[in-house]
This record gives sequence, C-alpha cells and structure tokens, in this order.
Amino acid sequence: MGIEQKLANMGVVTTSLEQAVNWARTNAMWPMLFGLACCAIEMMSAQASEFDMSRFGMELMRASPRQSDLMIVAGRVTRKMAPVLRRLYDQMPDPKWVVAMGDCASNGGVFNNYAIVQGVDEIVPVDVYVAGCPPRPEALIDGILKLHQKVKQEKLATWA
Amino acid sequence: MAELAQTIEKLKEKFPNAIENVREFRGEYTVQVKPDALVEIGAFLRDDPDCDFNFLSDVSGVDYWPEEPRFGVNYHLLSIKYKQRVRLKVRLKGPNPRVPTVTSVWPGANWFERETFDLFGVTFVGHPDLRRLLLPMDFRGHPLRRDNPTVQEEVQFTHNFDQVDRTKPYAKS
Repeated sequence: MGIEQKLANMGVVTTSLEQAVNWARTNAMWPMLFGLACCAIEMMSAQASEFDMSRFGMELMRASPRQSDLMIVAGRVTRKMAPVLRRLYDQMPDPKWVVAMGDCASNGGVFNNYAIVQGVDEIVPVDVYVAGCPPRPEALIDGILKLHQKVKQEKLATWA
Repeated sequence: MAELAQTIEKLKEKFPNAIENVREFRGEYTVQVKPDALVEIGAFLRDDPDCDFNFLSDVSGVDYWPEEPRFGVNYHLLSIKYKQRVRLKVRLKGPNPRVPTVTSVWPGANWFERETFDLFGVTFVGHPDLRRLLLPMDFRGHPLRRDNPTVQEEVQFTHNFDQVDRTKPYAKS
C-alpha cells in the first residue's frame, strides 16, 4: 500500500500487463457493420445519439473486417449468406469477438425452416447472445458491456 | 368486365380443345389450359388487339399433393391498355413436372420460372437459363413441395434441451 501510494503521488501507475491490455481492448472495441435484417435498425439506433455506443468505446463501425474487433451479427442469416459470414469472420484479425444480436442470430428465432441458419453459432463461435426481437438498444449495450466484463477477465495464456 | 367475358369467349372458340376449365369468381377469370397449348394461347392473348395482355405479372407454383395432377403453375396476366387481368392455370403430373416456358412470349417470365423451379422443381422446357434463384446453388431438394418437413430443427425446450444440443452442429472456432 505504501509504495503504490507514493508512486501514485509521483504520477506513476502500476498494473499488470493483462489488466492493461484488456482495458485497452475493451475501451476501443470497434464493431464491424454486419446488420442483416431488422436488428440492424436497432443496432443503428444504439450507435446514434440517444443510446450512444460511443460512450463505451465503439466510436465508429468499420465496414471492413480487417479494421474491426467485434462482429455484431444483427439479423437472420440465410443459408446463402452463411459462407459469406464465415469468410468475413476469418478475415478479421485476432483478437475478435462475436455478439449474436437478436433471436434469429441466437437460435433461428421465429424462422424454423429450410432457409435460415438456426443460430449463428453453427458458423462462428459466439461470445455473447443478446435476446430480443429486436433487442432494445439498451439491451444491446448491456450485452456489449457483458462482453467487456468477459474480456477484462481474459488471461495471458488464452490470448490468441 | 364485359370485355373480359368476351375475351374468354373468343379464347374458347379459337382453342376449343386446349381449354380444360374456365372459372369465374367475383369478376376474376381463371382459365385452365393444357400444358402443350400454353405458349400458343399466351401468344394469342398477347398479340390479339382486343386482348392485348402484354404484361405477365406473376408465375407461381402450387403443390396439390395428394390430389392428382399434383402440381399447378399459375400465370397472372395484365392488359395495361384495357386494365384487365386474367389467370392461366396448368396442372402437371408426377414427381418431375415439365411445362414449356413462356419466356418467348413474355421475357419477364425468366426469373419467375427460375423461382418456381427452385422451390417446386418444375422444369420449364426451353428456358434459356434454368438454375436456382433464391436458394444457394448447391442446395439439394425443392423445399416448397409438400413432402418436405416444415420444421428445420426440433424446438428446444427444457425437457429436450440436452438432446437437441448434442445434435446441433456448433462451430468449433
């Protein structure tokens, strides 16, 4: 306690590498634009001014997978779109996370038929599922904050 | 409305053998024709100056299983000049139905016929580019036929959660 306080008075902060890196990752996690259907509208409104996602670090959404960390799969994924989604996920550099937004991305939603993939976790590994049809922007932000908590607990050994 | 009835009468006298059935319901006329005469009747309806059905607004398929003949294909025609609509219907048999294409008469039928082929499996003889439109190219089967199951995956409740979970193809990484 003593030495840290003395260092803090001098303007030095001590932490562990894990904490520092995880803090950096969560505070500037840029989502990739992957709005497929109606959930995209709620994702857009979560990014817009009333339910601002930029407060939490998602300042902008990159359309290019090479420049993004987080893929928010917003909407139903058809069987025709599934290989495209996988390809874009593969093109994202590590570290990357996936949020399945809405019921259709989590488990197929109301569409239990030949054309819709029953849950995007058949294609990519999902970290957080956000329920709702569509989930309110606040619910999406809550899901993203849960993801932040999950990332903050990552250990050095499991980094990519 | 009176003009449409006259058009149907004219059609009946010109093609007495090809027309199987004419049905009228609240001003809408449905003419069931034989599949072989379809293109000829279509060309007549398009070219005749009194009918002038130059706009094909829809081609759709129906599966009437277990009733025979099993498949039906409906053609919805619109005459822009006279503001009349008429429906042509063909009934086709069997597991691999074939019908001549009407793209030579109305080129707009191209994608409609592709969609009907994709979802029902109806082969349109003479179509310039008959391949799948809505479903992925390597999809097997024709989903809107009645012998396909309506449900893709069993609904997961608490009592069968683990069982469905085991068979679900999760992504590994």
